[in-house]
Amino acid sequence: MMPSAREADREVEEIFRREAGRVLATLIRLLGDFDLAEEARQEAFIAAVEQWTAGVPANPCAWLISTGRNKAIDRIRRDVMFRTKIFDLELASAEADAATAFDETDEAAFGDDRLRLIFTCCHPALSLEAQIALTLREVCGLSTQAVARGFLVSEETMAQRLVRAKKKIRDAGIPYETPEPPLLHERLQGVLAVVYGVFTEGYAATTGTRLIDAELCGEAIRLGYLLDELLPNNAAVLGLLALMLLHDARRAARESLSGDLVLLEDQDRTLWDQVKIAEGLKFVDCSLCISGQLSAYAVQAAIAALHVRALRKEDTDWPQIVGLYEVLLRLQPSPVIELNHAVAVSIVDGAARALDLVDSLAARGQVSQYHLLHAARGRFLQQLGRFGEAGCAYRAALSYAALEPERRFLRARIASIEGPAAAD
Amino acid sequence: MQYLLMIYRNEAEFDATPPAELAALTAEYMEFTKGIIQTGQFKAADRLKPSSTASTVRVRNGKVTTTDGPFAETREQLGGYYLVEAKNLDEAIGIAARIPGAKVGSIEVRPIWPPAI
Repeated sequence: MMPSAREADREVEEIFRREAGRVLATLIRLLGDFDLAEEARQEAFIAAVEQWTAGVPANPCAWLISTGRNKAIDRIRRDVMFRTKIFDLELASAEADAATAFDETDEAAFGDDRLRLIFTCCHPALSLEAQIALTLREVCGLSTQAVARGFLVSEETMAQRLVRAKKKIRDAGIPYETPEPPLLHERLQGVLAVVYGVFTEGYAATTGTRLIDAELCGEAIRLGYLLDELLPNNAAVLGLLALMLLHDARRAARESLSGDLVLLEDQDRTLWDQVKIAEGLKFVDCSLCISGQLSAYAVQAAIAALHVRALRKEDTDWPQIVGLYEVLLRLQPSPVIELNHAVAVSIVDGAARALDLVDSLAARGQVSQYHLLHAARGRFLQQLGRFGEAGCAYRAALSYAALEPERRFLRARIASIEGPAAAD
Repeated sequence: MQYLLMIYRNEAEFDATPPAELAALTAEYMEFTKGIIQTGQFKAADRLKPSSTASTVRVRNGKVTTTDGPFAETREQLGGYYLVEAKNLDEAIGIAARIPGAKVGSIEVRPIWPPAI
């Protein structure tokens, strides 16, 4: 029986959504240019809508790539009519490249192209902002408008950022290649930083009124799965994927109905997403089982795993969490990790020891404007009954906090010490 | 594509380098240069006299003005360059990372426009 027209449309749409990334990645390799490849993909999709009415070809991805390539070559030919001879040479070489490279239409070649695209978008010669924007636009297929919304900039600003990044790729000769093994490990760290950057921007938006941007978190996790598919059994990829899943599993419990921040200890654990938790726990174990590659992401994921494994907050294995933070501090020392370590120490050894740790961190001066440092100091001082100093610390935190739900939380803390009118 | 690899370093610190270290550095540069000549990546290279010998020239409304010193005061000054042929930016970065001066100063990597025809 013939499928109805509507079913056929839906099938075509589904193919476009599934294949868009692979088609673009291969077209960029064949055509050597991001913009040309995007136009070619668009034209191939239009041609498919017209020509697939009788039935979808056996290998729709290969059909779209070959149609897109042919459309692009036609376009270059048309343009060449108006230009000088030098472009004939370019065309000849583009056609030769396209003809030889296109023989590889197997799955492995598509996968290689997607990896090339990721490494090119995350090239360290681009600014981190540009890497993140390009990855969301070109690898995830988000519209420029959606990327702009995710980073609270105007569509125009984002469009310019993307144009500049693509121009640098072209003009500076950033290769469309996956780096060879000696460089691969180092460059992968950059790719993972981009993916985690997308996730944290979604999970803990640093400015504005929203606490969580679920779309960005979802894209970051999808990128994690894609990387795991393309670079299987990599401890850092698995560790990051686990970390994102275990954080994201708690998303629904992290924000109250009124949009307020809910601390881990106060979260309704029945709201945690058990499917994501199970998946995350599986990946932590996989990552930690790969010998010789201990990833900082996996250690952070192991900490998150200890939190989600506890059915009640009282069941949390805090001594092991303190130990894992100490491992993490050796792998990847940072003020943020020191602060988290201090919070864990406050539960195991008491607020006085934790306050010493935070004061020693503050004395080194690198993070004096970090609002969470002051918030943690306030909390330890409050626990020690030193309410006057606690109020000052919370006020310092409030002066540096940018996110509205966090500011409300801090005002509530101040009010709990000094009375409701004090925090206005 | 050709890339210009510009070597920047702090001149004051460089001037204070002890003679033995300077000799070792020169030997390192010789070896590095020989290496990229053998691979065919080398196009040209020069060491510049210090920025205290620099003059900056501007022409405004047909009038030439010459001032002492480099265009901008910075912590690091241009001290020399290599012009290399590389397949892409990654290869150029790979060469730049092996320039002995990269360990103390910094190397700016700039692609060169192909000559206009």
